[in-house]
Amino acid sequence: MNSDKITKIVLLSASLIILLVSGGMVFSLVKGAIPTFHAFGLNFIISNQWDPSQGKEAYGALPFIAGTIMTSVTALLICLPLSFSTSLFLGEYFKDKKIARVIRLMVDLLAGIPSIVYGLWGFYVLRPLLIDLGLPNQGFGVFTASLILAIMIIPYATSLSNEIITMVPNDLKEAAYSLGATRYEVIFNVIIPSARSGIIAGYILAFGRALGETMAVTMLIGNANVIPTGFFDTGNTMASVIANQFGEADGLKLSSLIAIALLLFLITGIINAIGKLIIKKMA
Amino acid sequence: MKTFVTIVLSILLFSSCQNTNNKSGNKKISLTAAGATFPMPYYNMVFKKYTSEKGVLLTYGGIGSGGGIRSLSDKVVDFGATDAYLSDKKLSEMPAEVVHIPTVLGAVVIAYNLPGLDGIKLSNDLLEKIFMGEITNWNDPAIKKNNPGKQFPDLEITFIHRSDGSGTTYIFSDYMSKVSQEWASRVGTGKSLKWPVGMGAKGNPGVAGTIKQTKGAIGYIGSEYAFAQKIQTAKVQNSSGAYIEPSIASISAAAQGEIPADTRIMLTNSDDPESYPISGFTWIILYKEQNYNNRSYNQALGLVTFLDWLISSDAQGEAEKVHYAPLPQKAVEKAKAILRSVTYDGKVLLK
Repeated sequence: MNSDKITKIVLLSASLIILLVSGGMVFSLVKGAIPTFHAFGLNFIISNQWDPSQGKEAYGALPFIAGTIMTSVTALLICLPLSFSTSLFLGEYFKDKKIARVIRLMVDLLAGIPSIVYGLWGFYVLRPLLIDLGLPNQGFGVFTASLILAIMIIPYATSLSNEIITMVPNDLKEAAYSLGATRYEVIFNVIIPSARSGIIAGYILAFGRALGETMAVTMLIGNANVIPTGFFDTGNTMASVIANQFGEADGLKLSSLIAIALLLFLITGIINAIGKLIIKKMA
Repeated sequence: MKTFVTIVLSILLFSSCQNTNNKSGNKKISLTAAGATFPMPYYNMVFKKYTSEKGVLLTYGGIGSGGGIRSLSDKVVDFGATDAYLSDKKLSEMPAEVVHIPTVLGAVVIAYNLPGLDGIKLSNDLLEKIFMGEITNWNDPAIKKNNPGKQFPDLEITFIHRSDGSGTTYIFSDYMSKVSQEWASRVGTGKSLKWPVGMGAKGNPGVAGTIKQTKGAIGYIGSEYAFAQKIQTAKVQNSSGAYIEPSIASISAAAQGEIPADTRIMLTNSDDPESYPISGFTWIILYKEQNYNNRSYNQALGLVTFLDWLISSDAQGEAEKVHYAPLPQKAVEKAKAILRSVTYDGKVLLK
């Protein structure tokens, strides 16, 4: 047997394992979620009831879907201007300066910090600060969770967009300059259009992380199983309700948690698909 | 291709050989368990003691009472641990007959954060109104009236409950259901509930930490956390109307009454005039017939011998060190009788 064949087999089996794992995951999620959809039907997705009391059990995923979308979208909105400016600053304006190197190092460092550390910082530092600013609910809620999420995803978005912006060919930029374009015009008419799909990919990646983020959100959102009535209200997200409740769950409740996991899986999948579509259209 | 297959096969064969070797050559008994987090500090301490004295390896995973029951039901542990006993319905759903062994007494305390205001008294009526969201500020006249001579600040009440399912919540809500009609009908008893107000924090440490960090917060936590961390705790009214401070003595007093033969009893709202009313047993659960899943006789014998030690004075004497109350004599006798009914192939293991 030659080495070429062995390589082929090893690579193929590794890829098959990926296929097997993801297939098995979907299968077990669907299987686990069947009792829930059997009991509540599609009502499960639009019901805002989450009542684990014995005898009158009723589960609905809407409070958590709402919480997840609210926190992730808010986080993305907060993250956008900050990370966009930072990546331009690093990738274009101060490309080879010392300060850019220091900031880039910091961004990479932030990206590597485990989420529990962000959670602790949010709980002990950010939350008291927000209480002093007069936030209700003792500083817990959607807004605080979004803020910490934004801080967590900024390095992701920045790092990727920065990479893409640096990769824009110098020829293009020089050509624009030679035609008398100002720096502002070069950025907005040359760099951004040619780096557009990469930048968007960075934000989709960041959004994906925000959707699934668990620990830091759990520590700050207040874990109230209701639809948040405003940005300063307490709520809960899909990932954090699963993390919180799976330990003691059984029967229908366990099945409902698995169904939430399945929905989260689907939402993440849809977001990724939309992202791919956008990249394709824009590229 | 052939060589590749041979390599894979031989690896599989080799590893399976090793497995069987491990099983048959296992002289040391090792017991695995999983379940409630409430008694974990106690279990950690006495399990370590038993391992160092008897050389039996013990592993305990604090994954919650529900997880403990599920692990036993899946037969992946030697015994499970739970803070809420299995209902008749749950017992009938288990694959075989399960017995309960009470191991220690704990309590759920009402902890709060009001600097300078120690030992406030909260009547059952106040507990209901605070936890149902009818009283929302500490300067409410009803709270003042119940605590003459104390100055309450104008501060919002923040109720912190568990965000995860928990035996602690079960004991707390069992008590609330016993003393409040409204609670019983609107919220009920369970390991996780549909909370009328408040926000959740994960685990006893999470609730304790959030209360400590938040002025005006109130919540319920396992007594051992409150005692160890010296958090302010409220005096609660027991069934004779006296305001009782949670302490090892007042928790022990809750178990002085009659205990059924299978030890499945909630001790909340005990009749004893000295008792702290939100107290309860925590249990270890195991199968009555120990010959399942090819378990060896020695494994089964090691398990019941260990559990017999766990309820002996040798282990119970350690309980107070980690702020639990030891089992009363009556409960120990009942537990010993239960252990002596555990069999292997129909034969009793302990004499």
